[in-house]
Amino acid sequence: MLSVLIFLPLLAAIVVAFSGANAKKVALIASVIEFAYSVCFYVRFTPTGGTQFLHSQSWIPQLGISFKVGMDGISLLLVMLTTFLVPLIITASFRREYKSPGLFYGLIMMMQFALIGVFVSLDAFLFYIFWELALIPIYLICLMWGGQDRLKITLKFFIYTLAGSLLMLVALIYLWMQTPGTHTFDLQAFYSLHLSSGQQSWLFWMLFLAFAIKMPIFPFHTWQPDTYTDAPAPGTMLLSGIMLKMGVYGLLRWLLPVVPQGVEEWGMTAMILSVIGIVYASLIAWSQKDFKRLIAYSSIAHVGLISAGVFSLTMQGMQGSVIQMLVHGINVVGLFFICDMIEQRTGTRQMEQLGGLRTTAPVFSTYFMIIMLASVALPLTNGFVGEFLLINGVFQYNQLLAAFAGLTIILGAGICLTPIVKLLLALRVQRHTISPRLSFPKKPFSFRSSS
Amino acid sequence: MIQLAWLIPAFPLLGFLITGFGKKFLPKTTGGYIASLMVLASFLISMCLFATFDGKPVTIQLFNWIDSGSLTIPFSFLIDQLSLVMLLIVTGVGFLIHIYSIGYMHDDEAFVRFFSYLNLFIFFMLLLVMGSNYIVLFTGWEGVGLCSYLLIGFWFKNNDYNLAANKAFIMNRIGDLGFLLGIILIYITFGTTSFDAIFPLAGAFASNQPVIIAITLLLFIGAMGKSAQIPLYTWLPDAMAGPTPVSALIHAATMVTAGIYMVIRSNVLYSIAPFTLSIITVVGAATAIFSAAIAITQTDIKKVLAYSTVSPLGFMFVALGVGAYSTALFHVTTHAFFKALLFLAAGSVIHGMSGEQDIRKMGGLKGKLPVTYLVFMIGTLAIIGFPPFAAFFSKDEILAKVWIQNKVAFVTLAITAVLTAIYMLRLFFLTFFGTFRGTHDQEHHLHESPKTMTLPLIVLAILSAVGGFLGIPEVFGGHHLLNNFLEPMLTFPSAFLHEEASHTFEIVLMVVSVVLLLVIIVGTKNRYSGKHVPVAHDSERTSFARWSYHKFYIDELYDFIIVRPLKYLSEVFYKIVDIKIIDGLVNSVNKAVVGSSRTIRFVQSGNVGFYIFAMVFGIIAILFLNLIM
Repeated sequence: MLSVLIFLPLLAAIVVAFSGANAKKVALIASVIEFAYSVCFYVRFTPTGGTQFLHSQSWIPQLGISFKVGMDGISLLLVMLTTFLVPLIITASFRREYKSPGLFYGLIMMMQFALIGVFVSLDAFLFYIFWELALIPIYLICLMWGGQDRLKITLKFFIYTLAGSLLMLVALIYLWMQTPGTHTFDLQAFYSLHLSSGQQSWLFWMLFLAFAIKMPIFPFHTWQPDTYTDAPAPGTMLLSGIMLKMGVYGLLRWLLPVVPQGVEEWGMTAMILSVIGIVYASLIAWSQKDFKRLIAYSSIAHVGLISAGVFSLTMQGMQGSVIQMLVHGINVVGLFFICDMIEQRTGTRQMEQLGGLRTTAPVFSTYFMIIMLASVALPLTNGFVGEFLLINGVFQYNQLLAAFAGLTIILGAGICLTPIVKLLLALRVQRHTISPRLSFPKKPFSFRSSS
Repeated sequence: MIQLAWLIPAFPLLGFLITGFGKKFLPKTTGGYIASLMVLASFLISMCLFATFDGKPVTIQLFNWIDSGSLTIPFSFLIDQLSLVMLLIVTGVGFLIHIYSIGYMHDDEAFVRFFSYLNLFIFFMLLLVMGSNYIVLFTGWEGVGLCSYLLIGFWFKNNDYNLAANKAFIMNRIGDLGFLLGIILIYITFGTTSFDAIFPLAGAFASNQPVIIAITLLLFIGAMGKSAQIPLYTWLPDAMAGPTPVSALIHAATMVTAGIYMVIRSNVLYSIAPFTLSIITVVGAATAIFSAAIAITQTDIKKVLAYSTVSPLGFMFVALGVGAYSTALFHVTTHAFFKALLFLAAGSVIHGMSGEQDIRKMGGLKGKLPVTYLVFMIGTLAIIGFPPFAAFFSKDEILAKVWIQNKVAFVTLAITAVLTAIYMLRLFFLTFFGTFRGTHDQEHHLHESPKTMTLPLIVLAILSAVGGFLGIPEVFGGHHLLNNFLEPMLTFPSAFLHEEASHTFEIVLMVVSVVLLLVIIVGTKNRYSGKHVPVAHDSERTSFARWSYHKFYIDELYDFIIVRPLKYLSEVFYKIVDIKIIDGLVNSVNKAVVGSSRTIRFVQSGNVGFYIFAMVFGIIAILFLNLIM
């Protein structure tokens, strides 16, 4: 039952919230069960079968709202990504002691509930509910467990993304009004609407803005580096690993098929913005001194390539974007985990203050390197196939844009090699050292001053 | 038998896994021997394949790697004449260098890690030469780049080495972007990336069609990065930061020739794009003479050899540029022998000199390092093209072929050949003749290298001495074995003159070059085996020598026109565009909303008189508007 898969995390959230000090263990168990359950869906899924596990129940019949859920390949992939990453994210935070753990882990489970809901909804109203529901727990996580400037930063994040969502709500209600008869929010009904190109044109922007802010695409990205940097590590992982995929998923499910003419008209603009984002964010990432902020900017670049692939409207571009969503989810969570480990044990993320990790933590460094190489998309790492397909797709759309998008190959390498040298290799500054073993010290690590 | 070809890359991969995971537990030398055995196994299988090869290319399919719509990319290998020759070079020279490394790296604490990287390199190099489509080739291509990066920065405690490694990786990636776009364009044009499917289709294209020119140029950009051609060559001399066996294997004998291999592999495409070929000729000739002009004043033994690698690579590209593909491969083969030999011999010198690399501090080593002296001499004679050593045949063949097609390139290469002889002999005489100029300590420790190092040197020396006989020119009544072997898979650009250099010309060329070489040998011996030592300070140099010694300030130029502007742009984007402009706009929207609400709030003052006034004013305004519209 798909509904069970959706509501299990909600139930878990409630249980976790009241389990006090044991919260993280309970949350881990619950998320592992959820993952195991999602594997059952994966096994029973028929690759060529279209939308499956359909479940539809009338909810507010007067307004044509129903609880309609189901999964096709893309949904399944993203649901699997969610159920796979959440246990990892919880495990990654195991050595951290967050205050009021019940609430913290309860919110994470709540988040999972909303995310899965977003990826399986086939009713616009339901989709919107889950979409907004996902914002609340992450907002609270950032607000209550974030860094120093959390009040200002999270408020901006909240209002910015909410503003986008409201535009989407207006668009969805407008679409609902266009449906024949007693009106319905059913996605299929939206697909079969006949909208004039004028209508499609502004609907495109309403929807696109909501998704573009979520991903984020240049120039709607300025909430992202601050929020990623300021949020607690599990929050950043949720945001970057899963939540930004809501935006890409929105493009694929709710934008392209609903307003195809709008996409035809404005796709080039969206494409250009995406490609600008790749080069622009890569260049900025290059000069960052804070490792977490560097990953945040490089994530904007990666997402730019993904969305460029989507707007190329080619088979290769679309498939590449789906593959890359999965891969980016895994890699970026890995990178933020690495960043959190370094911060926990040395007390800083400033690359100028770190160095020589490879000497003291060789195993850690090897994994660090592998994840970095994957995010550079070296062949035989997970990143290559997706990136190749994406650039291929963009190339079929426009060769000049592909050359710019392809700069990610060079710039990405530059971005990744800089922290490798600064964090792992260089011994010139040794203000903070890392303990040689991979296990975490129970107490915050004491700093050793070189001078 | 041929179906077992997948074992060739599988063995080094296995070796990488064993040494990589076992680097903590494996005793030192065991790791080295395991790694060497794996490469030996690959070499033996390659030999068997070579012996049983019947002239028909075979594709070995392993699995489907990418399957997306009309794009299907199998992970498969192609065994044909070209890949067999490359397989033998890579595994043969690779094996010798593995053995050598056991001796050379003996005291290094990361001994096993070194061998795991070497095995990984061999694995990727084999993918590169065996891949049956451009994607597998590209996989190997990127993989060897990674290994090169890891091995240049092998001694990572020296940050200069790390930066050299970064430079190599990023410069290669610039080329890789071109290569990748080229592959994508191939896919779009031909609907496939498999060699055996593309090349028959290429016949339908007329000469110099824009799309073919674009493809070949993009691929050539990749080759420029990997094979260190102008303007992407500056990483290679810096790459000498890595341990010497790495310089020999990766940065001289195998990886840097990948670009040549790729062009030969795509010869069908290049032959219908004479425009690209002429560009290749220009780039190759410019690189050859430019790097030779730098090599002539360098004082670091490995730097001289580094530039003496860039220069022959230029030679090979010129050969490609005139459509002499098999001649280029011939030079690749002989170059692999003698350049590996020279680097390893240089390593032996460095080993004996306790890590000293400056030739100004050497001198008179011939008595102390007799084996090294002998093999270095053979290597030097081979590279300058003294008969009957290896490059005598391959270099003269290139010159003869170039003479027919392009006289300017011929003159450039001829001058380069003279320069090559001068700087190599200068290096040789400064190192082994004269009196010892190092410190007393160094002199005390001076010793010949162990057997594991000298044996590979001797084998390579023999190969360098006789390697040229693979291609004895017709004028000596020989059969060009390599040419005949490769013939079936090569095409000749129809736009070029279809004639051979006359035998008289070839003989004149040989006689002139031998006489010139003798003169240079005598001249350099007189100059450099006595008291003359290259000067240490800029002020004593002539202006050409100063420019040459500082590599014509190309690194500084790149830093000034590329690196610094980008850094600046990065800062400007971050601090001004991102924070001030874009985020500033976002914040000002926010401020506008808050501000206007703060202002408009005063309207709701509770003053009924004001409300009535506003209402009446509004009604009048609406009426007025209705009237005029």
